Parts: sequence; C-alpha cells; structure tokens
Amino acid sequence: MEKRATFSNASIGVLFVAPQILLVFTFFYWPTGAALFWAFTLERPWGGGNEWVGLDNFRQVFADRAYWASITRSLVFAGATTFLAMGFGLLLAVACDRGLKFYQGFRTVFVWPYAVVAPAAALAFRFIFAPDAGIFSALVKSNPEFWNPAQNGYHAMVMVIVCYSWKYAAYCFIFFLAALQAIPRSVIEASAMDGAGVLRRVRDIQLPLITPTFFFLLVISITDSFQDSFSIVDVMTDGGPAKATEFMVYKIYFDGFRGLDYSGAAAQSIVLMFLMIVLTFFQFRFIERRIHYS
Amino acid sequence: MIERTPLLNVTTYIVLCIGALMVFIPLWLVFVGATLTVREINIPELHLIPGNHLFENLSAAWERGHLGERLTNSLIMSLGVATGKVAMSAITAFGLVYFRFPGRMLIFWLIFITLMLPLEVRIVPTYAVAANALWPFQSILDATGISGIIASLTGIQLALEWNLLNSYTGLILPLIATATGTFLYRQFFLTVPDELLEAARMDGAGPFRFLTEFLIPLSRANMAALFTIMFLYAWNQYLWPLLATPDRAGFGTTAVVELKMLAPNVSTTGGGTPDWNVAMAGCLIVMLPPLLLVAFMQRYFVRGLIATEK
Repeated sequence: MEKRATFSNASIGVLFVAPQILLVFTFFYWPTGAALFWAFTLERPWGGGNEWVGLDNFRQVFADRAYWASITRSLVFAGATTFLAMGFGLLLAVACDRGLKFYQGFRTVFVWPYAVVAPAAALAFRFIFAPDAGIFSALVKSNPEFWNPAQNGYHAMVMVIVCYSWKYAAYCFIFFLAALQAIPRSVIEASAMDGAGVLRRVRDIQLPLITPTFFFLLVISITDSFQDSFSIVDVMTDGGPAKATEFMVYKIYFDGFRGLDYSGAAAQSIVLMFLMIVLTFFQFRFIERRIHYS
Repeated sequence: MIERTPLLNVTTYIVLCIGALMVFIPLWLVFVGATLTVREINIPELHLIPGNHLFENLSAAWERGHLGERLTNSLIMSLGVATGKVAMSAITAFGLVYFRFPGRMLIFWLIFITLMLPLEVRIVPTYAVAANALWPFQSILDATGISGIIASLTGIQLALEWNLLNSYTGLILPLIATATGTFLYRQFFLTVPDELLEAARMDGAGPFRFLTEFLIPLSRANMAALFTIMFLYAWNQYLWPLLATPDRAGFGTTAVVELKMLAPNVSTTGGGTPDWNVAMAGCLIVMLPPLLLVAFMQRYFVRGLIATEK
C-alpha cells in the first residue's frame, strides 16, 4: 500500500530514516557480517589478522559429537515445550472463550506467567524442584535416587522444560484467545442454530478457523525456545549436569566467551541463523499462504 | 448465547480452576519460601503455610543483591529501550510512509530482515561491537584507505574507540536495533486518511509539525502498547546485560542478572545450609515490577503483544 499524498522534500525523509539505519548497520548488519567472516576464517595464534580457512570451521563443528548432541537436545526441548505450552494454552483459551461467569478473572490470571521474568521463574522452579527444600524433599528423604536434578540429566531436562512451558503457555494462551475472539459471533450462532453443540462447534468451526494462529505459534514457539531458553538454563542448571541441558545458544555462549573460540562459536551462530531463517521463511512462504481464510 | 450445558459448564470450570492452580501454586510456594527462616525452609517437607519472617528476608535479599542499585539500573535500561524504541519506530515509519526517496524499498527490506535474527544468535560479534562501537567505521576507513590518507597527510594514526561496555548506552542501543515497532507504526500510518495530510499541508504544516501535532497524538494507544511491550522486553533481557556489564563492582548489572547470584550454591553458602528463603525474597522483589505493569496495563499489553508479533 502506498500513500497518495506525501511530502515533496525527499532529503528530510532520509533524515528521519537515518538514525535507524545507522543503528541497524552498527548493531545488526556489522555483527552478522562479522559472524560470517569469523565462521570462514581463523585467527592467527600470534596476531596479525585472520586467515581464510573456507569450510574448515564448519567441518570441525559438525564433526564434534557434542555439537550434534546439543542440536538433539535443543530439538527435544523445542518439541516438548511447544507441545506443552501450546496444548495448555489452547485448552485454557477454549475454556475461557466460552464466556462463562468470572471468565475475565481467569483470563487475567492466565496472562500472569508471561509477565514473570524468565530468570525469576527459573529461580522459583529451581527452588520448587530442589531436592533439599522443594516439593519433592519429603520423597527424596526416603529415597535419594528419586529426584536429583543436580546429578541426573533427565531430571534437569524435565525441570527446565516444566519451567519454560509454565511461562510460555501464557504466551500461547494470549494468542489463542485473541484468535478465538476474533471469530465472528454470527458464524458460531449460525452453527448453533443448525444444532451443533459446544464441542462440535469447537471441533468443526473454531479450531479450523484459528489454524493460522496455530501455525504462527508453532513456528514462533520453536524459534523462541532456541533463544529464550538461555536465561532459564543459565539460572537453573548452568547447562549441566554433564552438559545434559546445554542447548545451542548456551553452547555458542560457552564456546565463545568461556572457551574464547570465536571461529567455532561464529560457525555455530551461522548454523543457528540458517535454521531460524529457514523456519521463518517456511512460515511466510508455505504456511501463511496455504492457511488463509479471510 | 443461551444454552443449557450443565455438565460441560462444570467441566469447563474444572479446567479453568486447574489452570489457575497451576499458575498460583508456584507463585505461592515462592511467597511461602520467602517468609520462612533458613532452618524452617530446610525441613524436608512441603511448605504451604507462610511464616512471619518476610521482611527480614526481603531486607537480607535487598542488601545481598544490592537490589536498590540493580533495580535502578534495570529501570533506566528498560525506560531507555522503551522510549528509544517508540521514538525510533515512529520517525522511521514516518520517513518510510510519508516521503518518496530513491532506495526506500531497499531500506524497508533492510529493516524488515532484522526481525528474523534475534540478538542471541549473533551475540559474540555484537559483544565485540559494544566493546568498541566505532570498530565498524574504523574498519571501513581502513579498508577504503581513508585512514591511510589521513595518516600520511596529518601524521595522526586514526584509532577510533568508543567502549560501550558497563554503560547504559551499551545496554540500550543493541536492543533498539531491530524492526519491532517500526512495522506497527507503518501499519498505523497507512490507515491515516490522506485527506488529513492534505488539509494539514494546506494550513501550512511542514513534516515536523505534521508528525508532532497530528500523527503522534493520534497514535497514543499504539504508543502505550509498544511502550509496555518494550519495557517488559528490556526488563526481561538476560544474556545481553550479563555480557555487557562485566564490571560488577563498579557499574553493577541489572536486577534480573543479579538473581542468579542469589541462588544458593556451594560458593555463596560455603557449604552451609542453602538459604532459599533469601533467594525467594529476592525473586519476589524482581518479579514484582513487571507483574504490576501488566496488571495495570493489561489491555495495552495484550494489544501490543499481538500487534508487534504479527
């Protein structure tokens, strides 16, 4: 869409856009370019600039079994949290959308977890799941093996997944409820006239009509779980025990800032960027086009 | 709609109540944890009844985490990001919608692409830029040979340096450098009728006048929504402040980053009893500001969330 009426002095227009361009160049395009450059080069050990090494960094990263393990873990985490957050979000949104008495109160409460700062939620769940003080402490007393996220990788993973899903179910809820409420009442009423009960309407009218939101959330949840998991992992487990919760972004951070392996971290960043672009592109290109009812 | 579905209504309420319990129970456990003494909290059983040591724990957490200072940092950073983002989005969208200049579409796409890659995936080089924000420009001058020319003409070796680490500027700027908001404003400006601009121009209003006296007052609701979302976004930031504030003794860091230091571990307790009560008190303090913001601004919050993401 274009404006018919505009201002004629184009140079002032450029001035309005300039600050954003400068900022985006310095803090977005330059770092992204630098990541690309580092990914294909290696810093010479005694200084003197970078040496072009082609795909060596990528070869090294992909040959590393720890890297594949971190990808697998990230995918497991993305799958589990997306399933839980979207499942609970949808269930509660459908229940709220029925508009029974007091539903506004429930709606307010269901938004809260999203307003809780992720590291605070992480600290809270770390306490709740702590074997010495939390909800499992009574059970742990009789059987120390029962629950110990500081030693057992599976327990740590479960703990991180529960915490993340708790927060992001609220996010999914907000979007699902907005989509459900955007369905014209007349459609619902017409189907009710035709004799469709509540459940039938949910299944055959409401859920099909919110498919765009469903797929939007599916892609967003997966990409968000890659980036937003960092704070939760860092506060709860530090990526441990024995790297059991080391996801892709955490590994980039660890290799780049603790291991000072800029080229390796850059190559990993490029792989992650590629993954995110593919997912975003997939959403724009296929999903948005195929599922559109407006 | 009036329907008699008693069984289904009961089921719906059960689902809603279970959902509400799932939200409340963790928050309640945190609150109860913050009211107990160290000895009480380490009794291995489920603590559901609050004790009466809340204020002692709150002040202990406040002191140990330097929370006064940290919360001020968080507040300045969040206000800076929210204000900067609103202002930047408004003027950029204004420039893109109300002017015609060559390369406009290219600029539009250059800004649009920034939505795809969050800060987390390009974190290492962004840190390098923050350590010297003029590094990109120095490199360009070096590569184009301009710094060589300057050196031979004046004898001055050009070494631009502007360290943004441990500063509010460094915390704020990289978080503003994305397109969220720009598109919100663009959509809004496109819905403003053309006649408004024509009328304003006829009355002699220039671009600045039109922006400040027509568009900004009209977009007040959008502004509130974007401000709320960006404030929360900035308050929630973890990885960036963690890296951008290495000087913990001097500049300090944000309250959210400080939270991790409150978690009991062997190095803080010296192998003693973990004082989860203080950690939970700190958790409560840091949780509260965004919760209050959302409680008071819920309408804008939900609206902004849906508008900026879609």
